[in-house]
Amino acid sequence: MTRCIEHAALFCALLLLALLVNITRVQVVQAQRYDDNPANRRQVIARYGQPRGAILVGDRPVTGSTDTGEQLRYERTYKNGPLYAPVTGFASQVYGTTFLEHAEDGILSGTDPFLSPFPLWNDVTRALNPGGKVVTTIDPAAQQAAYEGLGGRKGAVAAVEPSTGRILALVSAPSYDPAALSGNRRSVERSWRRLNGDPDKPMLNRAVRQTYPPGSTFKVVTAAAALDAGVVTDLDETTHSPDPYRLPGTSTALTNEGAGCADVSLREAFAWSCNTVFAKLGVDVGVADLAATADGFGFNDSGLRIPFSVARSTFDRHVDKAQLALSAIGQYNTRATPLQMAMVAAAVANGGQVPSPYLVERTTTASGTTVATSGVRSRLRAMYPSTAARMRELMRDVVERGTGTNAAIPGATVGGKTGTAQHGIGNAGTPYAWFVSWAQGERDVEPTVAVAVVVEDASADRTDISGGGTAAPIARAVMEAVLGG
Amino acid sequence: MTKPGTTVAAEYEESPKPWLSEPADPPVPAPRVPRRRGIELALLVVAVLLSVYGYCDVGLAKNGTVPPGAAGYGAGLGVLALLAHLAVRRRAPCADPLLLPIGVLLNGLGLVLIYRLDLETPGHRAAPAQLVWSTVGVALFIVVVVLLRDHRVLQRYAYVCVTAALVLLALPVFFPSVNGARIWIRIAGFSIQPGEFAKVLLAVFFAAYLAANRGALAYTGRQIWRFSRLQLPTGRVLGPIVAIWLLSVGVLVLERDLGTSLLFFGLFVVLLYVATGRTGWIAVGLLLAALGAFAVGTLEPHVHGRVEDWLHPFASIEAGQGPNQLSQSLFAFAAGGILGTGLGLGHSILIGFAAKSDFILATAGEELGLAGLSAIVILYALLVERGYRAGLSLRDPFGRLLAVGLASIIALQVFVIAGGVSGLIPLTGMAMPFLAQGGSSVVTNWIIVALLIRISDSARGRHKEDDDGQSTPRSGTARRGTARRGTA
Repeated sequence: MTRCIEHAALFCALLLLALLVNITRVQVVQAQRYDDNPANRRQVIARYGQPRGAILVGDRPVTGSTDTGEQLRYERTYKNGPLYAPVTGFASQVYGTTFLEHAEDGILSGTDPFLSPFPLWNDVTRALNPGGKVVTTIDPAAQQAAYEGLGGRKGAVAAVEPSTGRILALVSAPSYDPAALSGNRRSVERSWRRLNGDPDKPMLNRAVRQTYPPGSTFKVVTAAAALDAGVVTDLDETTHSPDPYRLPGTSTALTNEGAGCADVSLREAFAWSCNTVFAKLGVDVGVADLAATADGFGFNDSGLRIPFSVARSTFDRHVDKAQLALSAIGQYNTRATPLQMAMVAAAVANGGQVPSPYLVERTTTASGTTVATSGVRSRLRAMYPSTAARMRELMRDVVERGTGTNAAIPGATVGGKTGTAQHGIGNAGTPYAWFVSWAQGERDVEPTVAVAVVVEDASADRTDISGGGTAAPIARAVMEAVLGG
Repeated sequence: MTKPGTTVAAEYEESPKPWLSEPADPPVPAPRVPRRRGIELALLVVAVLLSVYGYCDVGLAKNGTVPPGAAGYGAGLGVLALLAHLAVRRRAPCADPLLLPIGVLLNGLGLVLIYRLDLETPGHRAAPAQLVWSTVGVALFIVVVVLLRDHRVLQRYAYVCVTAALVLLALPVFFPSVNGARIWIRIAGFSIQPGEFAKVLLAVFFAAYLAANRGALAYTGRQIWRFSRLQLPTGRVLGPIVAIWLLSVGVLVLERDLGTSLLFFGLFVVLLYVATGRTGWIAVGLLLAALGAFAVGTLEPHVHGRVEDWLHPFASIEAGQGPNQLSQSLFAFAAGGILGTGLGLGHSILIGFAAKSDFILATAGEELGLAGLSAIVILYALLVERGYRAGLSLRDPFGRLLAVGLASIIALQVFVIAGGVSGLIPLTGMAMPFLAQGGSSVVTNWIIVALLIRISDSARGRHKEDDDGQSTPRSGTARRGTARRGTA
């Protein structure tokens, strides 16, 4: 009997040993597979189990966290939500994240391995670091000025620092409060449906995710291409352009808003925005050179990230001469985001070079140790420095005596270009009002801000919609805010 | 073993409290069996402190403060442990010193885990009831230790036991089923799981019957075929026990209490093997188990589902219906990793309604990690090993079989439920001994520990061959003890 008891004891020992082996399998060997299963809610719970890191504007957080005491414990809160929504995006427990909340999620949620001083140790303990901070390049005064300038009208503003590419303002209107989407209450679902169903599309980030026909503001690109290609060598020489201009190969006659555009110099044509002159100039430059210059400004680049992706601005290469003429004045298939047009102005202001725009100055750990700095990345060469100098002259003229006098700032050097982009079938839609500009303060050695403003307000009187009248004052307010700060 | 002649004397010196030690017979003439009651007391203190530490840890992790009931919890557990210890000290002074501390530690840990899960379900608090049941369990432990002078008395009540077991097993048939299993009876707001008590009663009966008939079982009957060593005992001997076993397993299958039926099956095979010493029984047992498992697994939809879940734990996720209990349990184990998340910091409540009962081990796995879970399994292994050791040291076949049976019950139950929730075998609903929420289970387990204490006391020195009262000379016991150690 003793032997049998020993056998039975051995059997029980084997059973318990099998248990130990099996729990080792589950807890060690296969643990990662189980942890990564999308049906396992633990990652979500852990993610919301600690306050999300802050997004900082001008060293002040524009986001916060509130403890709900629920299973998904912390919800995102926003200060000045609608103002900064195009920058922050939302961080919703139900609908995920967008914009900076999305692009910097690793830092903000604490999962980024660089947040940990000892990443390997964190792999063992599988502990989450406290959420880090994201310091933006946004200038709060410029952002506020742009938002107030739009005053709820549909439109967008993008402002960059020409020498670095730092984005100083990124505004889209109408906006929304991302806090309405933070949690997982019933009201969040209602807000989501309301915001998505809104015909005004408040969640659309018009500054970077919407392209518009740039209209006359594209003449900056056409003029730069003409100067770079040597098609125009003297700003004050006559351009031999008829008014009206018959589009090559068609019977369509292109006209101007105002009179006196026949055979004017490039300086005058730019100051008064003569369509006929620039349409012909575009054809004279040719599609290859014009497209190359447009690409130099950043058109046709679908890979731009600031760090979230920016919609691709387009300049169509596959065009006949008539289409090229229209493309050269910012119509046909030419489309640009407001940020792209700010880059165009920045290129002029920065001696022909435009650095990649960026929105995140640096990321830090919760305690403030820098994790990564953005800094200046690649630069595009849009035009020769000599061309840039002449373009600055042309743009200054627009503000001093042309269509953009509304943007003038006493004591500062301001260059600009207006645009009134027609769109819709047969141009029946209310035109978009554009203004792109840059400004250099009295004591600055180089321009410190480049702005693009687009207003697509449908309710305004059509004659009132013009770059100079509607958009230029907004641009001025933004530039003043930057120069004043 | 320590050197004879020193240990007990030293223990007496160390213990300044005369009321804790036996006042009756100083001075001690160098008894040869160390009683180790001091060690038991020290281990009990450790067990209570560990449990209180866990309780405080939960509160600190969840609310940042020591829970308000910590002192009361510690005092309650401490008093229970102390009373049990005093009962053992007085009535079973030679008992194995590990059994009681392991019981207290597992029970205390179970209370901590249930309290911890209660924090996630504010509407359904289970820890207070569990504490009441634990008190009842310890009370019954004391009753058994104090009243049952000799385990062999139980042999006389074998048929009472089996009748009671069958009645208890059959009772739930008359009550409505809960969550697909008909294993509860509800009386005045209390729900009792009679199958839990039945397993002890059945173990007593099996042990008594096999002890009485082992000769007939082992050495008579026909050889099944010529060259095999397998002999079937005569139907007259084997008949009743097989009938009872079939009856109990049949009733359980009817009630869909698969875990317990598996347990009874294993218990029966183990005891039959130990009693007869015939390897053939294991073969027959395995064959029958395989046949039965196959039949039940294919024919019974409830079981079939469990087997499917076991083979494909993530099928419901792939089907878009979200994770089932088993996959949630596996997630919980995996989340614990090697060191665990820490008490109160896991999310095993995601498992759902059985988190506090059948799946309590998943909480232990998540919050204490592989390290803590291994410790728990080792505690069970120690408990089982101590039971077997008591069985090996005994002489009377009934006591040996009873010890083996009780220890095997613990081992099998731990294997079946832990293997089920960790995906080793198909899941069958059962209570993790001492850890899981469940009054009947806690009470039963305390009775099991009480019986093992009684048996180990006999094994280690107090076994009186002749029922002539308490005054067996200590030297006599010691001599027998030495002799037994010599032969073991």
